Amino acid sequence: MALSQAEVLSGLAELVNEETGISTGDVQLDKSFSDDLDIDSISMMTIVVNAEDKFGVKIPDEEVKNLITVGDAVNFIVSANA
Amino acid sequence: MTKKIVVTGVGATTPLGGDVPSTWQALLAGESGISTLEKEWIAKYEIPVTFAGQAKVPASEVLTPQEAKRLDPSSQFALIAAREAWADAGSPEVDPIRLAVEYATGIGGVWTLLDAYDTLREKGPRRVLPMTVPMLMPNGPAAAIGMEIAARAGVRTAVSACASGTEAIANSIALLQSGEVDVVVAGGCEAAIHPMPIAAFASMHALSRRNDNPKAASRPYDVNRDGFVMGEGAGALVLETEEHALARGAKIYAELAGGAVTSDAHHITAPDPEGTAAARAVLKALKQANATIDDVAHINAHATSTPVGDIAEYHALLRVFGDKLGSIPISATKAATGHLLGGAGAIEAIFTLLALHHRKAPPTINLDNQDPEIPLDVVTKPRELPAGQLVAVSNSFGFGGHNAVIVFKSYEA
Repeated sequence: MALSQAEVLSGLAELVNEETGISTGDVQLDKSFSDDLDIDSISMMTIVVNAEDKFGVKIPDEEVKNLITVGDAVNFIVSANA
Repeated sequence: MTKKIVVTGVGATTPLGGDVPSTWQALLAGESGISTLEKEWIAKYEIPVTFAGQAKVPASEVLTPQEAKRLDPSSQFALIAAREAWADAGSPEVDPIRLAVEYATGIGGVWTLLDAYDTLREKGPRRVLPMTVPMLMPNGPAAAIGMEIAARAGVRTAVSACASGTEAIANSIALLQSGEVDVVVAGGCEAAIHPMPIAAFASMHALSRRNDNPKAASRPYDVNRDGFVMGEGAGALVLETEEHALARGAKIYAELAGGAVTSDAHHITAPDPEGTAAARAVLKALKQANATIDDVAHINAHATSTPVGDIAEYHALLRVFGDKLGSIPISATKAATGHLLGGAGAIEAIFTLLALHHRKAPPTINLDNQDPEIPLDVVTKPRELPAGQLVAVSNSFGFGGHNAVIVFKSYEA
């Protein structure tokens, strides 16, 4: 069953919070992982792997560099999950 | 020009307590930090030793989940101890390029290493956490402390098994004497209460097997001692030049007056029964402290409670102190804490300098029948130390034939 954008955003915000302590409310679609949320590449890889488990999708390593904003990641997961 | 080096802050997390005051109180009260391990892996792997000295306050109760997630348990303990020491020293403002870290571990991030290997085998390479390498490296604890206090004069890690913590403190002396730094945070940590290291130490018959009475298992100098008890935790000291400490009005616990490192080149694990190199380390450290054997008022012995180790140290001390040895109050605090491996020297340095500061030698518990071959004056109840300037020695020895010794003097303003 396909996930909605809101469901993925909420789930992703929980993973970001778990890894970094950033409040889930700060994880918004227009926020950049590195520039706005100050998430480094190591935390990013952990979030990606956890997101694969949580949403049942595969996020290839070469795709990760294209996930600049939270919205990029949410959209990727929504379409990969569809 | 030789500088005086002083201790201005101490921090620890140990099987006796989550900080220095609670650890010291429990030590003086004769408590044991050793208990049965309530872990599923004990039965699962049929681990032959079922007890250890676990940290009294789990690191997870002190650090945030995000801090803990990025640090191996050894680094978690190190950071907790260093924060306490730094705050105790008054959180000094130090030029970062004149601030260094000398912080040791015996094994390093063994939990991280083995967890990652389990993950690799069970879930594949992609599930191996990207933080694995920085968490398992033995310089991880030193680096974590260095980032915490912004130390930019160098962050170094002595690795010499159970001598590591003392070696790190001894190494700090040359660094401070060089004039290139004003302050060093020094010490050591260990977090190896994991089934593999316990199995490995048990396999070499280094560990006590007193599973039915864990609190009585660590019994240095007792005729019925049967091995050491694993402990975990960390200790940290803020060391600085007296000039720097006085200029900022810091409280001073004691003077770190001497330190020395020698090596046996005898056997990879067994101590040299003659104790020649260990004795030379004591003499070198005393010489650097400008002290004689007559000045020594207290010794915190390495004394791990192994049958051969305790007697080898006695022979080394006899070589140094001769007839004087019998009149020096000696404490073997591993009886209460267990053996913190790379952290042992750090917490024992704190016990030694607090003994001078409070003029009270801490007790050695579990000494029911002293080994007649080790006729030392072992402190079994807290004992007052005399007035006047006092000198105390703390020894640590490690697999590999490492001998590290530091000497403290009581400090009179």
